[in-house]
Amino acid sequence: MNLTLKIWRQKNANDKGQLVDYKVTDISPDMSFLEMLDVLNEQLINKGDEPVAFDHDCREGICGMCSLYINGEAHGPDRGVTTCQLHMRMFKDGDTIYIEPFRAAAFPVIKDLIVDRTSFDRIQHAGGFISVNTSGNTIDANAIPINKQDADTAFEAATCIGCGACVASCKNSSAMLFVGAKVSQFALLPQGQVEATDRVLNMVKQMDDEGFGNCTNTGACEVECPKGISLENIARMNQEYLKASLKG
Amino acid sequence: MALDSKTPEGPIADKWTNYKNHIDLVNPANKRNIDVIVVGTGLAGGSAAATLAELGYNVKAFCFQDSPRRAHSIAAQGGINAAKNYQGDGDSTYRLFYDTVKGGDYRSREANVYRLAEVSANIIDQCVAQGVPFAREYGGLLDNRSFGGVLVSRTFYAAGQTGQQLLLGAYSAMNRQIGRGKIKMYNRHEMLDIVKVDGKARGIITRNLITGEIERHSAHAVVLGTGGYGNVFFLSTNAMGSNVTAAWKAHKRGAYFANPCYTQIHPTCIPVSGDHQSKLTLMSESLRNDGRIWVPKHMKDVEAIKNGTLKPKDLKEEDRDYYLERRYPAFGNLVPRDVASRAAKERCDAGYGVNATGEAVFLDFASAIQRYGKETAHVKGLDENDAVLIKKLGQEVVKNKYGNLFQMYEKIVDQDPYNTPMMIYPAVHYTMGGIWVDYNLMTTVPGLYCIGEANFSDHGANRLGASALMQGLADGYFVLPYTIGDYLSDDIRTGQISTDTKEFDDVEKEVREKIDFFVNNDGSHSVDYFHKKLGKIMWNKVGMSRNIKGLTEAISEIKALREQFWKEVKVPGANEEYNEELAKAGRVADFLELGELFAKDALNREESCGGHFREDAVELDGEQKGEAKRDDENFAYVSAWEYKGEPSDAILHKEQLEFKDIELKQRSYK
Repeated sequence: MNLTLKIWRQKNANDKGQLVDYKVTDISPDMSFLEMLDVLNEQLINKGDEPVAFDHDCREGICGMCSLYINGEAHGPDRGVTTCQLHMRMFKDGDTIYIEPFRAAAFPVIKDLIVDRTSFDRIQHAGGFISVNTSGNTIDANAIPINKQDADTAFEAATCIGCGACVASCKNSSAMLFVGAKVSQFALLPQGQVEATDRVLNMVKQMDDEGFGNCTNTGACEVECPKGISLENIARMNQEYLKASLKG
Repeated sequence: MALDSKTPEGPIADKWTNYKNHIDLVNPANKRNIDVIVVGTGLAGGSAAATLAELGYNVKAFCFQDSPRRAHSIAAQGGINAAKNYQGDGDSTYRLFYDTVKGGDYRSREANVYRLAEVSANIIDQCVAQGVPFAREYGGLLDNRSFGGVLVSRTFYAAGQTGQQLLLGAYSAMNRQIGRGKIKMYNRHEMLDIVKVDGKARGIITRNLITGEIERHSAHAVVLGTGGYGNVFFLSTNAMGSNVTAAWKAHKRGAYFANPCYTQIHPTCIPVSGDHQSKLTLMSESLRNDGRIWVPKHMKDVEAIKNGTLKPKDLKEEDRDYYLERRYPAFGNLVPRDVASRAAKERCDAGYGVNATGEAVFLDFASAIQRYGKETAHVKGLDENDAVLIKKLGQEVVKNKYGNLFQMYEKIVDQDPYNTPMMIYPAVHYTMGGIWVDYNLMTTVPGLYCIGEANFSDHGANRLGASALMQGLADGYFVLPYTIGDYLSDDIRTGQISTDTKEFDDVEKEVREKIDFFVNNDGSHSVDYFHKKLGKIMWNKVGMSRNIKGLTEAISEIKALREQFWKEVKVPGANEEYNEELAKAGRVADFLELGELFAKDALNREESCGGHFREDAVELDGEQKGEAKRDDENFAYVSAWEYKGEPSDAILHKEQLEFKDIELKQRSYK
């Protein structure tokens, strides 16, 4: 396949940035999207130009590092995948592809397609944990049976990879799906009950402080989430937040 | 320097307890005056950082990713072993110990492995308390599955994302300490060298990957949890950024590098599809619980499948060769990884590979789908003879167990594994070799520790499935926090280590010189050009099957490639910016040295053991004909290499392995 790429180039956080046109040829449909960008970068390096900077690491859809906004969609046109799992068979010969960074006030651009998502880490520092020491001096793992359905739902929430596609897809740049998933994981498990009140209040406060927007229930986040994290998690977080607020 | 493993005296089951009872401790007030650097935030580094901070030390943690949660432990799929014996199927600490030593082909240190088995059960307690959502049965208790090379079900799991869930557990423990200010976290920082003061590790030099700033960080001890070096093969299941640089720099500063040739080639990965390939994707070993591995019996069927005239699912049972079940009836599809990989290679080399490149075998779920379908129909009182219904019910069970893996496969290969068998082939996955450490997990450099995959200690020449996660967390949560205290108890009066010293000046200067070279070198080839060439040499001559001629050639080819690299490598851009090519150049420079030592180690070890298979060391007759032949008389030792300049000058030190609690036997899975 031969393709035209319109890629966001931005030298650093202070640069204004712009879309730049590139051409790539002989792209195999079996390539992943990032392997197609590898081909472009090899071309650029050989010409003496600077390669396009983009985040990536595991290239198997689990580390959450890759983060491209492709033709107006986080992680591109396929469903249930990250950018590294997107394959070129989703495109046609002659296509023009727009490639931009995830855009949100709380995700400032570092360079080209790379954004700073440490705001997600700071939300977790505020309460994304159970305060149990790592000494191993706890009760036997089977001492508290957990209803399989609760365990499975907690697990589904916990499969969030923290990529930020939910934020990038939301017209309000809301992080409610991300925070909702973490709050839900702990809310569904008996181990998470002890600190439930503080956890949800602290995490939501940090989320607001970071400049993420509010949720208006359009559901775009759920559609674009590579791990299929459900909107129910937002509802569960709101419920937890209400309970916590009433407790004071 | 003579190698001293510092293994405590006494019966094996009492060593760890006795050891803990007699080490020096640091009181809580003094811990506040002691700094520890932890490099790497995977299961080993992350759990160590959290625990050390919780004990009261001041921890500085470093990772090259944008968040500690993205370290490559996140990608581990299948599970974590623990000798809980919840299934009542005969498991015990001893049995886990025994399986691990045997699985490692008797090339690991008994005392370390026993300790690992001993603390394993506690890991599960810890993780559940942290809110790790392991898979459960309907009664609410934890579920287990079985992994290769063992006869019990001791593997705990969270679908096919166990590594992710465990890492997020360790990350949450870190977050708690970051929130308290006890861990200072440095994301997007790469360690570029170790600084020693008076022979002790006292700091590191890092590069801020966003700004290019070169920074000095001091501490009373340095811990490396920086993972394995599988990317020396270019193509592996490792993340793109996984590298040997931290470990290699430690080696160059005096840490011996042990058994570099022990590399695990994982049998079930998605085959290479073309030259553009940037990495390989693993399909978890857990799939071998339910998937059956086969190739056609007859060459005409191989051809028909390749040219598309025969669909694999239409090939009759009697025309299939389930070669693992045929060769190893006792363990069948659940033989250890090294054995399964070599058996796949043997069939493909003989021409029975089932894809265009001839390097693929089938992993088939049809019989599991049938079995589960019938079981479910029986439980629900439905018609067990309704083929369509059985298939549907069976697929649902399989989806529940392995859904994410099947989805990954489908996205990459564009085929539906519920309806046609998966194609798989072995790929580089894990490195058992690594920095040599003693019982305390300290390297040959005082104050420099190495944990997790980065060290060599627990898996011998082959790691059993679901044991990497166990080792990472055992080292970080339960072993290092004790052993490092014993060392740091001498440092309570030392005070803060200054970075404004000649030692830091000198190392920083070396680091800067190398960076200056890269950005100013007017070369003609990209970093990847060299990395791919290195990978080809490694895979073809130092891969699954090794011989003297190939290894000798590899050594000289790698050396020549390294020389070419230092003349012709091209790195665009500058240091003072985000520059991935610059970061890659430093990593590949180190791989080009490690690769040669790796081949040298493989040449030295004139036996076949675990992942190291020498064509000149095989059983010539009897029941085991064609199987790997170990040589305990001459090679029951750890090869620990001392750096002396060029890899060819490295000096071999031997740690003789003693087996007092397990009888040395030929490993048989037949």
